[in-house]
Amino acid sequence: MSETILKSAEAASAPERVDLLAKFDPIIQTREALLAAGVEDPFSLVMDEVLSPTQAICNGRDTILLGTYNYMGMTFDPDVIAAGQAAMQDFGAGTTGSRVLNGTFRDHRDVETALREFYAMDHAMVFSTGYQANLGIISTLAGKGDYIILDIDSHASIWDGCAMGSAEVVPFKHNDVEALEKRLKRVPEGAGKLVVLEGVYSMMGDVAPLKEMVRVCKENGATVLVDEAHSMGFIGEHGRGVAEEQGVLDDVDFIIGTFSKSVGTVGGFCVSNHPKFEVLRLVCRPYVFTAALPPAVMASSATSIRKLMHGGNKRAHLWENSRTLHGGLKALGFQLGTDTPQSAIIAVIMPDLEKGAMMWEALLKEGLYVNLARPPATPAGMTLLRCSLCAEHTAEQVQTILGMFERAGKAIGII
Amino acid sequence: MNPAEVEERIRTLIEPFNKKGVAVEPATTFAGDLEFDSLTVMDFVAAIEDEFDIIISMNQQAEIDTYGQLVSAVHKLQDS
Repeated sequence: MSETILKSAEAASAPERVDLLAKFDPIIQTREALLAAGVEDPFSLVMDEVLSPTQAICNGRDTILLGTYNYMGMTFDPDVIAAGQAAMQDFGAGTTGSRVLNGTFRDHRDVETALREFYAMDHAMVFSTGYQANLGIISTLAGKGDYIILDIDSHASIWDGCAMGSAEVVPFKHNDVEALEKRLKRVPEGAGKLVVLEGVYSMMGDVAPLKEMVRVCKENGATVLVDEAHSMGFIGEHGRGVAEEQGVLDDVDFIIGTFSKSVGTVGGFCVSNHPKFEVLRLVCRPYVFTAALPPAVMASSATSIRKLMHGGNKRAHLWENSRTLHGGLKALGFQLGTDTPQSAIIAVIMPDLEKGAMMWEALLKEGLYVNLARPPATPAGMTLLRCSLCAEHTAEQVQTILGMFERAGKAIGII
Repeated sequence: MNPAEVEERIRTLIEPFNKKGVAVEPATTFAGDLEFDSLTVMDFVAAIEDEFDIIISMNQQAEIDTYGQLVSAVHKLQDS
């Protein structure tokens, strides 16, 4: 009995446990309210079967894919698949190790060679994801006392790279050259300056004025990093991105990119002409302390990158698709993220989250998958239906897509 | 510029952002009392930076919760 008393006394004096997940209650409630309204859950869609880069069976329905960033349709390219199959056969399913220990296979080296060829640059470094490429390069380049100056609409991986490092972080208004220049001029003398920009901003699908921005950076002695995740393979004569298109690629110090969009696999990379670039392999923690990608992914990626170098016709067709969809949606009366088609992303602005979710579901029932994007991922608290086109979408499919948007938009009362 | 002059200029700058006309005192908080969201913070910080020709990095902003803290941070920054 005395033992029982002792235990309950102990229990009484123990501090009450704080539920660490309680801070997410508002998110749980928003989600529950959305689902209670009868909307299909936008964040737990399952692709039961993937038929091609543009078609899948989603939640049991035959669906056109218009939100997968599979810009060049390389996921089902026969050469890309064959290269991956051969590498898996010869090198096994995985690397089980870091790039700097046992995780660099023949094909990791080969994909880095393919990247150097693609960009005509001296150095290339492959990460396990695009997210890790930004996380690693940004946090490693800018150290204590340095300044990172970045666009306020930067991708989460860029912000997380800033948060992981110890530099001073200074955002500027989206795509505002003057705001960037003012901040560059105010950085204390002697401090290192890293400016982080993106070629295409993925939420609205708009392009950065890199020509002016890179010039301003050079005039003020800053190092420039450009994330070309959404432009590689598509924008620019050789598909090298917006920096190539605007003629400033030689003045960009570091290009970050990903394999999970135009390349059609998974992985991230950084290419550069910096003479000391190779040291980053030793000091960049998100590169060192993670397992290298499987050999099949590397072999598929290398094949895809080399094919993208000769993808001029596909790029031309993708531009046609982008222009047709943009013009068609505008004519139907939808509000779009950009006045003109600037990339393969077309953002359709929704009045609010509820209408956005209803429209998303109506499109899914029509047989069309788009991305439902909402705060905090979106700028200015907007809800967007984000469409990303593929070079493999046929002209007929784009017309079908416009018909689906018209019916769904009228049913929901958005147009 | 002395603290009083800095305070007077910031008081003018804050007006267009103070949509609800909250009485601004040294203990007034930006997130709580003034209900500034992240976009408002960016525009307000930009206005102050331009006025005083300084940089207030996000690292420094993280240390500033109240109007009083802002005035003293700006005073220090424009002095250095």
